Amino acid sequence: MSNTIYDQYEAVIGLEVHAQLSTKSKAYAADSAGFGDDPNTNISVITLGHPGTLPMVNNVVINFAVKMGLATNCEIRLINEYARKNYFYADLPKGYQITQDTTPICTKGFLDVKLKDGSIKHIGITRIHMEEDAGKSIHDQDMYDSLIDLNRAGVPLIEIVSEPDIRSAEEAGAYLTEIRKLVRYLDICDGNMEEGSMRCDANISVRKKGDQILGNRCEVKNLNSIRNVQRAIEFEVIRQIDVIEAGGHIDQNTLNYDAVSGTTSVLRSKEMANDYRYFPEPDLPPVILTESYIEEVKHNMPALPDELFKKFINEFNLSEYDAHNILEQKEIALYYIEITNHTTNYKGAANWLMGAVKSYLNEAAVDIADFPLKPAQIAELVSIVDEGKINITTANQQLFPALLKDNTKTALSLATELNLIISTSNDDVLAFIHEAMAKYPEKVAEYKAGKKSLTGLFMGEVMKLAKGKLDPKEANKLLAQELER
Amino acid sequence: MKKYHSLAEVRSDISEGKTTVSALVDYYLGRIGTNAHLNAFIEVYTEEAKARALVIDEKIRSGNAGKLAGMVVSIKDMICYKNHKVSASSKILEGFESLFSSTVVERMLAEDAIIIGRCNCDEFAMGASNETSTYGLVKNYDNNDLASGGSSGGSAVSVQADMCLASLGTDTGGSVRQPASFCGVVGLKPTYGRVSRWGIIAYASSFDQVGPITHSVADAALLLEVIAGEDGHDSTASKELVPHYSESLTLNQKPRIAYLSEAVHGQGIDPEVKEMMLSQIKKLQNDGFVVEEVNFPLLKYAVPTYYVITTAEASSNLSRYDGVHFGYRSKNATDLESTYKKSRSEGFGEEVKRRIMLGTFVLSAGYYDAYYAKAQKVRRLIRDTSLELLSNYDLLILPTAPTTAFAHGEKTTDPVVMYLADIFTVQASLAGLPAISIPAATHSNGMSIGLQIIGKHFKEQEMLNFANFIEQKQ
Repeated sequence: MSNTIYDQYEAVIGLEVHAQLSTKSKAYAADSAGFGDDPNTNISVITLGHPGTLPMVNNVVINFAVKMGLATNCEIRLINEYARKNYFYADLPKGYQITQDTTPICTKGFLDVKLKDGSIKHIGITRIHMEEDAGKSIHDQDMYDSLIDLNRAGVPLIEIVSEPDIRSAEEAGAYLTEIRKLVRYLDICDGNMEEGSMRCDANISVRKKGDQILGNRCEVKNLNSIRNVQRAIEFEVIRQIDVIEAGGHIDQNTLNYDAVSGTTSVLRSKEMANDYRYFPEPDLPPVILTESYIEEVKHNMPALPDELFKKFINEFNLSEYDAHNILEQKEIALYYIEITNHTTNYKGAANWLMGAVKSYLNEAAVDIADFPLKPAQIAELVSIVDEGKINITTANQQLFPALLKDNTKTALSLATELNLIISTSNDDVLAFIHEAMAKYPEKVAEYKAGKKSLTGLFMGEVMKLAKGKLDPKEANKLLAQELER
Repeated sequence: MKKYHSLAEVRSDISEGKTTVSALVDYYLGRIGTNAHLNAFIEVYTEEAKARALVIDEKIRSGNAGKLAGMVVSIKDMICYKNHKVSASSKILEGFESLFSSTVVERMLAEDAIIIGRCNCDEFAMGASNETSTYGLVKNYDNNDLASGGSSGGSAVSVQADMCLASLGTDTGGSVRQPASFCGVVGLKPTYGRVSRWGIIAYASSFDQVGPITHSVADAALLLEVIAGEDGHDSTASKELVPHYSESLTLNQKPRIAYLSEAVHGQGIDPEVKEMMLSQIKKLQNDGFVVEEVNFPLLKYAVPTYYVITTAEASSNLSRYDGVHFGYRSKNATDLESTYKKSRSEGFGEEVKRRIMLGTFVLSAGYYDAYYAKAQKVRRLIRDTSLELLSNYDLLILPTAPTTAFAHGEKTTDPVVMYLADIFTVQASLAGLPAISIPAATHSNGMSIGLQIIGKHFKEQEMLNFANFIEQKQ
């Protein structure tokens, strides 16, 4: 296993991620950038590229790009020039895309991503630049014609280009997961790869371990999920090694990934590559940013997963495992933070969220956004358990489901209504203890002879007799006292 | 009806009851009819102009008319006017109607101008003789065998032949100034960024400016103050405030003037054009102006630099005419690629294709640095050197063109010969400076000779004041 020919090679992978920005209007025009409208309804004369039209920069795009740059430890460029990338296609009405070429807004960043074995992988980010999307060509809805929807034409994108620092499918997956998490936390892109609002192209090459020179790379397109990026990398690395081992060489091609077969095929060769003839966009003067603008953006950034992770560990004393799980999904994390605004039992809040709440979400197949209870209600559950008003098992198994059905009530009032509140006095508890001891006199003798593990048996009996409405800690104390007597 | 030379004359006659806007429109429509052979107009908005004239006569009577009330203008077929056809005089835009109005049209209409029609021009403003138009050449009114100049040839002739009072042209490398010079009228190219390009069909975006063609400097000043200024649709339009140019066209102090030695003593300049320059210099010096000779050795690089950059921009700007979304689509096309190739091959004329190919070449991988990048550096040098000259002098004077109007077909066989006709106009275009051409002499061949005045960035006022002074002295 450890000595196959494949182990003599290493993969060198760089990823280009296109993130469609969730701005209200397009990158260079005022028409809506919304998703899901009827085809060809958000198409002003600018989007259509009519004669005499001119682009105007949407400043929100710059704000979003700067945010992403700051989140990925980039340097932010102050003088931002635009460029034209020229090519002909039916869904590109102007015949060129307005993008950035030699002066990307963000450069020289990095992300540190955590791998399964707990190690940290440092992945450089070469650049992030702003550009506009093309329209959508639909080839499978009409028998004879291709259909064009220009609603997407001009919708803003940022392209995040990594250094070729990635060495495996796992690292690529971790990097993409992190990028997706960031765009969601920053609220600049919905990160949905299946719908194409986040797209990834992978540049893949292989070389013998220890070699300094890079092998010829192939660019794989049409990767519509993180899983498919990983599968494509796994397939492509083996394919390239096989070609080299068979004495062949890798052609620098653009490949298409077929998710059904899990294989790649040539989309176009290097000879067929477009000469995009980039040149400075004469219709847009450079956008000049100031240090104070960047400071302001930084100041208004939401908390990011990294920062929250540290806070959860250091201030909230959560385990790394819990912190990681909570942060995996932005909405869950925000819900959790909202709970912690109402309670200081952070661990208790985390347990409720990752336990009862998550299993409800899974079973009901709903998002946290549609969860019927407010974070304050979860905090109340934590509190009444902490205050000994209800025991945790009762809260979990009886009060929580009842509250879900009747979410207008407070946890305490519903618990009272359902008679779940621990009303038992010490005298009552003692009575239950005595009843239990009377039931098993021989076990009492065994306990006294030293078999302390029998506590559980007695506690179980006491809980049963009390129908759960007692404070287990208090009961435990009394039980020990009576048994020792 | 008498020939009016300025809106002031028109307004004065209207207020004295000697004429009305309606009468004026009828007169111009008549002139357009009798001069149809000049081929200056592609389309005449007869009914619209008549209807609007009635409205504006009423506005004048009730005393709430705009600045341009009584001004009948034509527009070059590069300027979008909502629900009107616009074609850049190209087959590729056959039948295309604009869905919106250019900022310049909106501003003129808001001041009660009447747009009487759409003028012929070189295809996509690429030409210096109005011979590349799909609608055919435009004849010079003063001598029908000679060129109108270009690319705003139709616009210049529409004013020259008294078919309207003024016209809006576009000037990329001299396309307003040179035909104005050939036709004996005034042609103004504003500072780059002075006038919004929204709704102007792009030829070369970093050069294109709309400019008025008029009989008088006063009308050019008036039109400029109406059309100029900041525009939310064009981020290259300057926020610099627009002075009321027309209100103070007097010289308060004598500007310091330089003339380019290369543009007087250089080769290929008609002796009478040179004579015009020498006599202007002499007259000005006699009037106490400082007029000094300076060298501008970079002038010989201006035309090649201009053609590299403008064709590069044009190759990209004209990509949208692809037969897919609007305009001409070849009937012989069978798939996407042949739609592109056939529509563009059939829809564009020779000169436009030449420039698209040249522009595509200079931007291509492996040639970019040798051509486009180098041309950008030379452009910067020409700009910097021009600005340096203008830090020592207030204005530069030079001929608008090395010759008077040339004959039809005289320069069409060799594109380079045609390109060199732009030698004196491209400097201001490359440097983004304002420039104006005014008639300064008449050649023994009967044709007008234009004098070009170049000003400082956004100092159109000083330039106009001086142009007005020269005009008044003649």
